Amino acid sequence: MGGLSLRAHPAGDERYRSWDGAYRFYDIVKEALIALCGVSLLCVLLAVMFSSPDDPPSTIRQWSRVMPIDFLATATAELDGSSATAGYGPPYNHASGGQHLWFIHLQKWLGVSHPVNTRRDFVLAPLRSINGQPALQAALSSYEHASPGRQASWTSAYAKALGRARVTAAGSVALPAGDYGPVGPMMSALLTFAQGGGLDGALLTSRRFYQTDYTKPLLFMADGGLLSSRAQAEHLLGNQWGMMNETGSYPGQVWLWLYTFWYQIKPFSTSPNADIDVMAIMGLLSLGLILVPFLPVVRDLPRWIPIHRLIWREHYRQAVTAAARAPEAPSSTQRAR
Amino acid sequence: MGAGGAERSWTARLRRRAVAALPPEKLLPDRQPAYVASWIYVFGVLSLSSLAVIIASGCILALKGPGWWHFTGVGHFFNSVHLWGVELFFFFMVVHLWGKYWMAAWRGGRARVWVTGAVVFLVAIPCALTGYVSQQNFDSQWISTQAKDAMNAAGIGAFFNLLNFGQMYSYHVLLLPGAVVALVIAHILLVRRHGVVPPFERSRVLAREPSRGSGQRWR
Amino acid sequence: MDLGSVLATVVAMPMAAIFDLNHHASYVHWHFIDVSVSNVLVVVAMVVVFVAAILAPFPHGHDREDG
Repeated sequence: MGGLSLRAHPAGDERYRSWDGAYRFYDIVKEALIALCGVSLLCVLLAVMFSSPDDPPSTIRQWSRVMPIDFLATATAELDGSSATAGYGPPYNHASGGQHLWFIHLQKWLGVSHPVNTRRDFVLAPLRSINGQPALQAALSSYEHASPGRQASWTSAYAKALGRARVTAAGSVALPAGDYGPVGPMMSALLTFAQGGGLDGALLTSRRFYQTDYTKPLLFMADGGLLSSRAQAEHLLGNQWGMMNETGSYPGQVWLWLYTFWYQIKPFSTSPNADIDVMAIMGLLSLGLILVPFLPVVRDLPRWIPIHRLIWREHYRQAVTAAARAPEAPSSTQRAR
Repeated sequence: MGAGGAERSWTARLRRRAVAALPPEKLLPDRQPAYVASWIYVFGVLSLSSLAVIIASGCILALKGPGWWHFTGVGHFFNSVHLWGVELFFFFMVVHLWGKYWMAAWRGGRARVWVTGAVVFLVAIPCALTGYVSQQNFDSQWISTQAKDAMNAAGIGAFFNLLNFGQMYSYHVLLLPGAVVALVIAHILLVRRHGVVPPFERSRVLAREPSRGSGQRWR
Repeated sequence: MDLGSVLATVVAMPMAAIFDLNHHASYVHWHFIDVSVSNVLVVVAMVVVFVAAILAPFPHGHDREDG
């Protein structure tokens, strides 16, 4: 019977378990080899015609040279704990509980597995590693021994002053006069260190010589504006459907269309828990895709919208012809077990 | 070995079960049901061929290490083959999925064929993601720093760090392709075992039944 | 010029891609939908290929055997 049924179809579908009708000759090995040669040729052709994108990576050195004020603003935010990474929560720190879905706090439950202390890791430790600058080391000691309130007043004043700073011809940053305490010389030294390329290496190899973990330099750069300004120019931002896109005019990850779709509409576009919400929806839909054979309505659509009539039109035509020639044959066009 | 020994032999029992499930003429058939006569049927083997190209080009990229393709024309060429192989893989796989859905190819005890196929698609997505973040270029920097938020929100970031190139490269060249290949093999063996799904059965035959205006009923 | 350098030149040549896609993409905007032309072309191609695969006539051999 056709139509809606809320129970499984084992009885109805059993007749499709095997086929005892006509067969045709078929060479599976030849088909596979032809397909492999054809697809290989197509890939080579596409590679020759279009190549592949390879936009060079940004470095902290570049960032500090091209956008020194943004670099300093980010470093100040890392120092006073107001940056995105500083307030992120797990897996980097305990500054917040992270995202949640109702009572489910997976981000918090899985804990801090990649600890990052932005103040220490991005500012104080790299500056401490600079040799031969006693004035800088004295400024660092002065900062570290000050009270939290005093530290906050220095960083706050410095951050405000950056809004009125200007970049000099030499690439450094000139701020209006103010009470920045040791933060002024600390940030100048950090900028010089970064512009010389030392900060890239210091953040990568802070723990050991051999390193493949770029967590610290990437988190630091992502807190600033260089990566996002490049991304915006390439239409890769979240609100630009960026998840689907590739740099340049290359086709991107079209299969991610439904993942990025949710981020474009309310309430997800303005929700602080957008990521976990979208992951939950996509998790459910993925489960739905896997379980299609067991879902009423979804598994019945192919019967109700008979695209299969086009696919098997030759089979049905031959079956009608055979039935017309044999009027005493059973009404069923296919014997099934 | 005596009959008693053969019954105790795990090897013999496994061999008998394997051959019973997939005799040689099912594993490497030289005939197929006559209804398999549409171009939509080639998209499975096209997806498989794309996967073969991805793996072959990936092996060449792995031979020379992750930085090679940035500095040589040959390396960049194989990277391009790898990328277009991925685009074709998803292209053919989705068309294959559409075809199989509209054929309701899970009928007749073939639910596991659909399930393994759907899981291949879903595992291929993080496999591609780990590839994108292993490129060591601006793409990797942006994709990893953005996608990390989704991973972290779901708690996955605690043990799957997109910003850790070494980990992502390991997942990309070994663990996830291994999972994809294992699932594809299971999927293909299930197709060989159960056969290609027969067409929907017609409940009435045109020549014998008067038309009822709505035409034939299809089951 | 030895064989090695000739081969290296020939293989390296394709990397100056025939069609350079390293320029800013064009986008299709419709309400909140904002998709690159390249991606739209891929989706359209998928639909066209799907429809063509279903409708295109399939060659029939004369090698049918009835079960």
